[in-house]
Amino acid sequence: MIELRFILEGGDFDRAGTASSETKKILKQLNIDPRVIKHTVVALYEAEVNIAAHAYRGEVTITVSDHQIVAVLKDEGPGIADIKRAMLEGFSTASPKVREMGFGAGMGLPNMKKNADVLEVESTPGSGTTVKMIFDF
Amino acid sequence: MNIFHHAIQIDEAKCVGCVHCMRVCPTEAIRIREGKAMIIQSRCIDCGQCMRACPAKAFYIKQNDLKMLQDYKYRIALFPAVMIGQFPDKISEEQIYQAMLALGFTHLMEVEQPIKILIDLTKEYLQETQVSKPCISAFCPAVVRLIQIKYPSLVDNIIPLKAPHDLAAHFILQSLMNQGVKKEEIGIFYITPCAAKISAVKSPVGDQPSVVDGIISMSDFYNKVRQLIPREEETETSSQRKHLTREGVLWSTSRGESSRFGNRAIAIDGIHSVVKFLDRLENDEVQGFDFLEMRACDQSCAGGILMTGNRFTTTERLEQRSKNYPSYREKELDKTLDKHKLTQCLLIDEIKPYNAFSLDDDITRAMEKMTKAQRIICFLPGIDCGACGSPNCQALAEDMVQGNAKMSDCIFLQQRWQHEARIGVEKAFLNLEKRWGEGRFNADCNKRGRRNEGF
Repeated sequence: MIELRFILEGGDFDRAGTASSETKKILKQLNIDPRVIKHTVVALYEAEVNIAAHAYRGEVTITVSDHQIVAVLKDEGPGIADIKRAMLEGFSTASPKVREMGFGAGMGLPNMKKNADVLEVESTPGSGTTVKMIFDF
Repeated sequence: MNIFHHAIQIDEAKCVGCVHCMRVCPTEAIRIREGKAMIIQSRCIDCGQCMRACPAKAFYIKQNDLKMLQDYKYRIALFPAVMIGQFPDKISEEQIYQAMLALGFTHLMEVEQPIKILIDLTKEYLQETQVSKPCISAFCPAVVRLIQIKYPSLVDNIIPLKAPHDLAAHFILQSLMNQGVKKEEIGIFYITPCAAKISAVKSPVGDQPSVVDGIISMSDFYNKVRQLIPREEETETSSQRKHLTREGVLWSTSRGESSRFGNRAIAIDGIHSVVKFLDRLENDEVQGFDFLEMRACDQSCAGGILMTGNRFTTTERLEQRSKNYPSYREKELDKTLDKHKLTQCLLIDEIKPYNAFSLDDDITRAMEKMTKAQRIICFLPGIDCGACGSPNCQALAEDMVQGNAKMSDCIFLQQRWQHEARIGVEKAFLNLEKRWGEGRFNADCNKRGRRNEGF
């Protein structure tokens, strides 16, 4: 089993993508199916951008075993008040500033759901959100 | 595993055992063993960065001899338009053509002459709705190989259409055969600006073999042509360029393709820029583009590893030259040619991914190796000096778990062991000589790689 850990800062769009890029390199070395890698990396990148756009700080833990990849992204932030609505395409609470940077189109969570085999979102408004994604292979 | 033909070779007699090539290789395909560079074949994409960086000119390419021309009645020189751009302005197009004919060729064919066919086909392909966007041009063979070995999930984005030299080869073959010439009488020679194109001819991406009979390096060819340049223009050779278009002349320069295709297209040149962009593309960080032109060399083929002229002046001459030719839109395809047949020759059957970076085919074993490599990394200094013969500390750790390197290859680790009296001075020095060659560290004022050599 391989475990990877990354720390993310809220507002740091420049570094969003580091965890997904690093993870991608490792998954290729493990000879995992390119399609699974693609799904994992795309979903992970969306999740990273979410933390950069909404949270204050976050921690990513990736665990790779012989049959699946589990990604847990835990952040300290405002949390999500209505998770059901947040899962709808086009729904976004991103600030105008974030939108100006080309993010916040309301496709983040839907895109994560599309790419992950399992997506679990837990959130406490005012304290933070934990996203867990599982990718089977 | 050796899937591809490789054009780049190392002359061991010339290799002085430094780390220039190893440092610039975009796929970490070079290691230094016993004081000599060696190429990991499955990772080499023939981009030529190593050749450019070598201070000892130890890299060379395999090519055919011009004597081969004698075997054919009809001798065709296929060459990209950048060939013309290398010459100084005072030498005219006519003079260059005449010199090439004087070398023994009967027909001269700039590969971009029938470019209209490729433009139309690519446009048709881009309009299909089910293709993966952004589409990546298959023009540069080094980029195609890079995607195959490093970005396997992007192979479906490559447009399965061959490069202009394939089109030109079939074009001239069909034209001559229509005039009643037998196929075996025709010898097609491709004058290449880079190593990657050689590999593309010797082992094409699809399954069918190439119709090109011989490969000639542009650098050697340039010298030969230069010597034969006539003082004055003697004969009229413009009929040999009757299909040439403005777009064709500029095709292999940067933005040559991207300016023709898609609503939103990007052109990227330079292999390290291409690597960075593909990394982002694979993460879906880049969205909304239809077409990507990617070339391994800075300033595209004008900066090809076998080109003689300065890449910027070459590009400028081509820009000036292009003004003398009509747009492809004003050109009609020669009615005697079978467009359908030519189109068929341009299709690539399948572009397969070959992951050259996995630690093991078996996932469990790969994970064991990775865990081991992660433990080894803790002991390495992270200086990435290359003195171990691997490009960086991470690569050394990976080489170790593959059984291709030892802990003692790290000179800093050895130093620490000596400090802790775990290894003798003599043994440590022998280890160094084993990696870099006996006597490699003796004082020698004529040693290659001394002051003012290299970068």
